[in-house]
Amino acid sequence: MSAYNFAYLDEQTKRMIRRAILKGLAVPGYQVPFASREMPMPYGWGTGGVQVSAATLTPDDTFKVIDQGADDTTNAVSIRKFFEKTAGVATTEETEMATVIQTRHRIPEAKLREDQILVYQVPIPEPLRFLEPRETETRKMHSLEEYGLMHVKLYEDISQHGAISTAYAYPVKVSGRYVMDPSPIPKFDNPKLEMEAIQLFGAGREQRIYAVPPHTRVVSLDFEDYPFEATKANHPCDLCGAEDSYLDEVIMDDAGNRMFVCSDTDYCRSRRKAGHQGRMATEGAA
Amino acid sequence: MYVAVKGGEKAIENAHAWLAEERRGDKDVAELSIAQIREQLSLAVNRVMAEGSLFDPDLAALAIKQARGDLIEAIFLIRAYRTTLPRFGYSNPVDTGEMTCDRRISATFKDAPGGQVLGPTFDYTHRLLDFKLAAEGEVAPAPEGQPRSGSTPHISGFLKAEDILQDEPASDAAPGDLTREPMEYPATRPLRLQSLTRGDEGFVLGMAYSTQRGYARNHAFVGELRIGKVAVEMEIPELGFAIEIGEVELTECETVNQFKGSKVEPPQFTRGYGLVFGQSERKSIAMALVDRALRWKELGEDNLGAPAQDEEFVLSHADNIQATGFLEHIKLPHYVDFQSELELVRKLRREAEDRISPKEAAE
Repeated sequence: MSAYNFAYLDEQTKRMIRRAILKGLAVPGYQVPFASREMPMPYGWGTGGVQVSAATLTPDDTFKVIDQGADDTTNAVSIRKFFEKTAGVATTEETEMATVIQTRHRIPEAKLREDQILVYQVPIPEPLRFLEPRETETRKMHSLEEYGLMHVKLYEDISQHGAISTAYAYPVKVSGRYVMDPSPIPKFDNPKLEMEAIQLFGAGREQRIYAVPPHTRVVSLDFEDYPFEATKANHPCDLCGAEDSYLDEVIMDDAGNRMFVCSDTDYCRSRRKAGHQGRMATEGAA
Repeated sequence: MYVAVKGGEKAIENAHAWLAEERRGDKDVAELSIAQIREQLSLAVNRVMAEGSLFDPDLAALAIKQARGDLIEAIFLIRAYRTTLPRFGYSNPVDTGEMTCDRRISATFKDAPGGQVLGPTFDYTHRLLDFKLAAEGEVAPAPEGQPRSGSTPHISGFLKAEDILQDEPASDAAPGDLTREPMEYPATRPLRLQSLTRGDEGFVLGMAYSTQRGYARNHAFVGELRIGKVAVEMEIPELGFAIEIGEVELTECETVNQFKGSKVEPPQFTRGYGLVFGQSERKSIAMALVDRALRWKELGEDNLGAPAQDEEFVLSHADNIQATGFLEHIKLPHYVDFQSELELVRKLRREAEDRISPKEAAE
């Protein structure tokens, strides 16, 4: 792949993306428009995250890609291979070893450090989009800090369903100013958005980059009498016994029997390696 | 028993191998060459160049071959390749008045300087399957005439001379570039036209058709449609003057639209404009209609709430590479989101049942 520049994008494009990233970090939660490029993978499949990663990676980095928390889902494999080929960077499946982690739909269970960067793939960056389809309107609402519509939506949820019926991509307020879409992570992950690592969000098709700097206050929107609640399946992991990790539900047979396993495959693997065992650990060890 | 799903990597490799085999098809049938596609499927090549925003018939033909004839996939290949190319600079605006026209028709005047030239068109063919083609019949050469020399004036020029066609103010301002700057709304007309010319032919056609059927009708006449080659010139800083660096085939359509006048403009004809790479007639006419519909604001017309008048709606959904990518991404795993929805729905159902059941017990 020597015909392509390091990490695929040309240096000029990377500089343009880095400027957008820096602006995003300077104004936490603000969506910075950037001239997203066509990437050799489809829009909606992580082109925003890939461009942010490409502009962030250096030859010394160790790169990890997860999709749904797992390193071995097909699209994670595809993106990891893309950077192995175009950047020649070291890759890993271990959260702890990685310096740049690109993710879709999850925040790793392990606590991230100051020297790590978490890059999110974002489909629809605008948290107000499904309340107001027009970009011209939503940009105005952000600039005026006019978030009444969002609170009305959450209120209507409660009046209709008795609870806020948003389970993923749960809106947050960043540093007391911008309402931000944390990408479609389950709301279980929302409390982790306050972390030591840099968080960068890339939306390729929608041409937006935004960021949450380390140690930034990130509050999930709620009401005093209906406080935000991070939920998960009420089970321990059937392989590693973890009670604190987000779980995937797997249908095992025609009778519809289920098992629950960590969605974060590296977390589950490292726990089992450390000797933790869940209900089906012996059978599942195969 | 559950075994963690490993082996995504192997599965991807195998899928690619199978795909390559399917692309080739039956090996007893001769393989298509790039030249065959370029020469014999030229309208497909044109569409790929137009929507891929890259004028290179050979690359477009290669993309069509690689994409197994899926034109949107081929356009995608071209777009992804195009972004990696360095920018040397911008050419001068092409002069379509100097086009060597293969086809040039006007629906508004029976004849005009430059004449009506039908050119290679399907228009008056009867759409009957030609079974002779199945037998690979060679074609007899078409009769040839003397090419006309000199430029072909635009029909709009004659109307403008009479001052009944709205004047388009000339500007030397450098137009924006939607491949280099993020789209922002409201967009300028150059950006709208850029978006439309690379927009999906089907989408632009549908939008144009909707205006004809009454959703912001702007009764369009094809003032002129011309297809042919134009020279591309570029200023070379070291030389200090422009030199011709090549030529491209273009289809240009100018519509003449009825206009009763508004608060700000007297009654006159107005224009829609379409310009597309290659012989892309349907696309350029559709583009001109949509361009005209999007100009309601500058002409002081009413916003009728029609889809084709809605710039943000039209432009943000016209790109088939964006659309197809996002549409098809729902094939990707969504276990995590679905799991959280599953739990929410279960919880809401439990609560709903709790609300109902005490009442039943009381009855």
